[in-house]
Amino acid sequence: MAAVAERVTLGRRLRRWEGLPYWLILPTLAYLALFFAWPMVKSFQLAFQDDGVWTLQAFRTMVNDIEFGNAVRFTLLLIVVIIPVQFLLALVMALLVNAKLRGRGIFLYIFLLPLAISDLAAGIVWSSMFTELGYLNTVLERIGLLETPFIWINASRESLLLLTVVVAEIWRSTALIMIILVAGLQGIPRDYTEAAEVFGAGLYQRVRYVILPMLKPSIQVALLLRLILAFEVFSTVIAITGRGSTVLAAEAWRWQTANMDANVAAAYASLILVLSVVSAGLVLGLLRTPKEQIAR
Amino acid sequence: MIQRPGVWLPRVFLYGGALVLSLWVLLPIYFITLAAFSTQDAVYRYPKNLVPRDLSTETMRFFLNSEGIVGSLQRSALVAALTLLFSLGVGTPAGYAIARFVFRGADTFRLAVVSTRAFPIVILSIPLAVTYIRWGIDDSVLGVALAHTALALPFAVLVTSSVFAGISVELEEAAMTLGCSRLSAFRRVALPLALPGLAAAAIFVFIISWNEVFAASILTLRNPTLPAQVLSVLNESPLPFRFAGGFFLLAPSLIVIFVIRKYLFNMWGRVVK
Amino acid sequence: MGEHEDLGGLGWDQPIDRRALLEKAALAGGALAAGGLLAGPARAVPWQANPGNVTFLSTQLNTVQESEAFRNVLLQGFRGKTDAIFAANDSAFLARIQAEAQAGRGSVDLLGALHGTFATLEDKNQLLDLSDVVKDFTTGKSAISPEFLKLGKLGGRKQFYIPWIQATYVVVANKRAIQYLPRGAKATRLTYGQLNQWARNIESSVGQARVGFPAGANGLIHRFFQGYLVPAFTGGVVTTFKSPLAVNAWNYMRSLWDSVHPQALAYEFMQDPLLSEEVLLAWEHVARVKSALERRPDDFVAFPAPTGPKGLAYMPVLAGLAIPRTAPNPAGAKALIRHLLSLSVQARTLSAVGFFPVVSGRLSKRVSAGLRLESNAVKLQQQAPKALPSLLPIGLGAENGNFNAVYRDTFTRIVVRKEPTTAVLADQAAKLQAIMDKSGAPCWRPDPPSNGACKVR
Repeated sequence: MAAVAERVTLGRRLRRWEGLPYWLILPTLAYLALFFAWPMVKSFQLAFQDDGVWTLQAFRTMVNDIEFGNAVRFTLLLIVVIIPVQFLLALVMALLVNAKLRGRGIFLYIFLLPLAISDLAAGIVWSSMFTELGYLNTVLERIGLLETPFIWINASRESLLLLTVVVAEIWRSTALIMIILVAGLQGIPRDYTEAAEVFGAGLYQRVRYVILPMLKPSIQVALLLRLILAFEVFSTVIAITGRGSTVLAAEAWRWQTANMDANVAAAYASLILVLSVVSAGLVLGLLRTPKEQIAR
Repeated sequence: MIQRPGVWLPRVFLYGGALVLSLWVLLPIYFITLAAFSTQDAVYRYPKNLVPRDLSTETMRFFLNSEGIVGSLQRSALVAALTLLFSLGVGTPAGYAIARFVFRGADTFRLAVVSTRAFPIVILSIPLAVTYIRWGIDDSVLGVALAHTALALPFAVLVTSSVFAGISVELEEAAMTLGCSRLSAFRRVALPLALPGLAAAAIFVFIISWNEVFAASILTLRNPTLPAQVLSVLNESPLPFRFAGGFFLLAPSLIVIFVIRKYLFNMWGRVVK
Repeated sequence: MGEHEDLGGLGWDQPIDRRALLEKAALAGGALAAGGLLAGPARAVPWQANPGNVTFLSTQLNTVQESEAFRNVLLQGFRGKTDAIFAANDSAFLARIQAEAQAGRGSVDLLGALHGTFATLEDKNQLLDLSDVVKDFTTGKSAISPEFLKLGKLGGRKQFYIPWIQATYVVVANKRAIQYLPRGAKATRLTYGQLNQWARNIESSVGQARVGFPAGANGLIHRFFQGYLVPAFTGGVVTTFKSPLAVNAWNYMRSLWDSVHPQALAYEFMQDPLLSEEVLLAWEHVARVKSALERRPDDFVAFPAPTGPKGLAYMPVLAGLAIPRTAPNPAGAKALIRHLLSLSVQARTLSAVGFFPVVSGRLSKRVSAGLRLESNAVKLQQQAPKALPSLLPIGLGAENGNFNAVYRDTFTRIVVRKEPTTAVLADQAAKLQAIMDKSGAPCWRPDPPSNGACKVR
């Protein structure tokens, strides 16, 4: 009798709370709608309108601009190069922090430090590292790898420019991914990895067959966030390379603030939005995590 | 007994790897600190000083004495704390919902939330500022905190969702069959297990807010946060001042992370599988 | 060289104790304070009871030292309480103005910005008409040049801003580079050809290209093309844009660029590369080399821009003060304007912040050695026999940004990407004409006046 009553109450409870998820996401939706809706709508309007007339002129100007092709290309290049390297590095850092090393508190603290640095400050730091008479060349000369200062920030050698931005960006933003992966690693029950060890799995196998799959939700989250941010970041690019190279967000900024053309800036913003959403959608689709797999 | 030959070797690699990575992270921070506390001439010299030499506090003193630094420090801390409260308060339920429930529109919701960050804040700045002036929250701590919350929400939602996803749902279900309501199952079972992850989310919401420059500078005028105040220095002043400004921005974060790091570290011990 | 030339007519020829000043200059802000203190007691503005609280938002003087000098030196004697806020950059400044205008309510009373910044405001009527204030500055010692006053009308009929301080661009060289001057060339009277030769000599002797231009993201190199290179070669800015003489100008630039430091596209302010000696010879806005000249006046020399076939073209830069329509305290703002334009404050301006006064009266004050270098160069530039002032664009309104982009893109295509000159000029001239037509702006000096929108010939 008591068991039936229990099941009935449980069933009633579950039914009553069917709409629960929607209530739970409501505050977030409402908040974002309130904050971003009107400004975003207004900005979008600007991309497709000019003084009330619907037109694609802004997009035409954007596409015909001499920097457009470079901006698209460099943005995509950066993403394709930075993200895989960064994830690998973040995984290594997260595993290191998770391993029972002595002094891991200190390592964690150090690895977290770049988080403390705003992108402006990071730009200052790295431009003074890479500048001709800067820290990098000082160190390289001191250890004998260079005789005279090498010009890293060379507008006529795009691969060098790419390198400088890649290094600076990886340095600056890997901590974010590391944190997410660490939080995820914490959630992996230890008996899995221990069982694997007992069965003779080496480090690489443990990582590949046990840890990575269980880390999938975290990786997905981190990838999602990092992708969105990657399309947005430009202050490092400008701080280091100036006008030597450009990315989409930098062009949006430039059209808005230097050329004072809000329409073209909004066109760039729309392009960034579309690219971000598409890549985010891809990530969500490709890294689909069936709930059963993790909520065991 | 399984043979594990050379089990000490991986240990050495581990320490070595950790050391190399630490050095890589530390060196640029070390240089900027050194430069911020050097004489102006030393900053311009080449080869650059790699060890502390020609130290001086002339540029740092300028900062500490310049108008309004203390006030902006306080404001930054307040804004970051408020942002933390708001974004975790609003975002954690959503994170829980995504992790626990399979509902229509879950993916669209996640996409939408994350897409708000895809729109460059630069483009939003003027409409946002107009709204603020009209609502009377322009140039206020609350106003900046609200804007930062909007910027941090995607992080809060996504990170908390991955945290909850990593917690076995059966624990809560067990609690519920034992008579707990969903809410108290959440409170007594899921929440304590999620605390380390939530702490991580809290840290970087705090940091995001602390470091955020652009929105803060657009939305404040006479009551800037620290980054907004220092921004003009970082853009236009001579190099020694830019180093000092950069260090000045970074120092409080270093302290905050140091304090919170102990807290985080202790929490790990309590994680029960 | 230029250091000990008498500055004559402007009365800045008092002997100064250089050593004492230089010692003070070693402390941040010291030289500025010294300059201010020596200017004599300031008198309170007599005709305002109490101007009250004035909120002043400015894009100029926004470095650490200049903003402190503004608060501590230039505001001395003003009876009201001023909240001086220095915008991080133009975009933050303009965003604030637009936002306050759109909301219909604001906190800012007084605005300070460059002509070029005010000129981009789409709706000039966001600014109050200051004709009543201007009346006091048309004659006598406090007179501001009519040409400057005209710029303040932004191509309209009302006085939207009042000229406040001026500056220009000069060439600065490290003394180490002087030995590489071509034979027979004198730095204060260079031709563009000699400049190119000098640049090549530096490169071949030192082993690295060490000429610099501010071609970075916030760099002002477009002003070099608009105010120096193109007018010096062609005698015009817009009308001669695609003339054969302009082809010469851009080909010259492409040739010069071979001796320019590869990092130039990342340089925004030339003082840092000059002080670190990555660059030995640079063209730059006076305010952006000021700290280099003041820190090490013995290491640098400043001189006027070179002379081209059509003369010594240079561009005077003007910053002005304006009152937004939404100002809560316009009376206080006007009082602050009068204070900043008063003779005593204008006299202190150069030594305090490195900008030159706009009032024409004889001003006596003492300047640090570095600022003497600067003002010598400026004076030589202005008084050269073939001086050809090229004014800032007038009447372009919202097209200002696009106008600058035309010159910048021309540079990128011809000089950086090495596209064929004539084709690029034809292409860009079409864009330029579209801009002139859209804004309807008539030609301005050095172009001959036009009826209606300026035309590219």
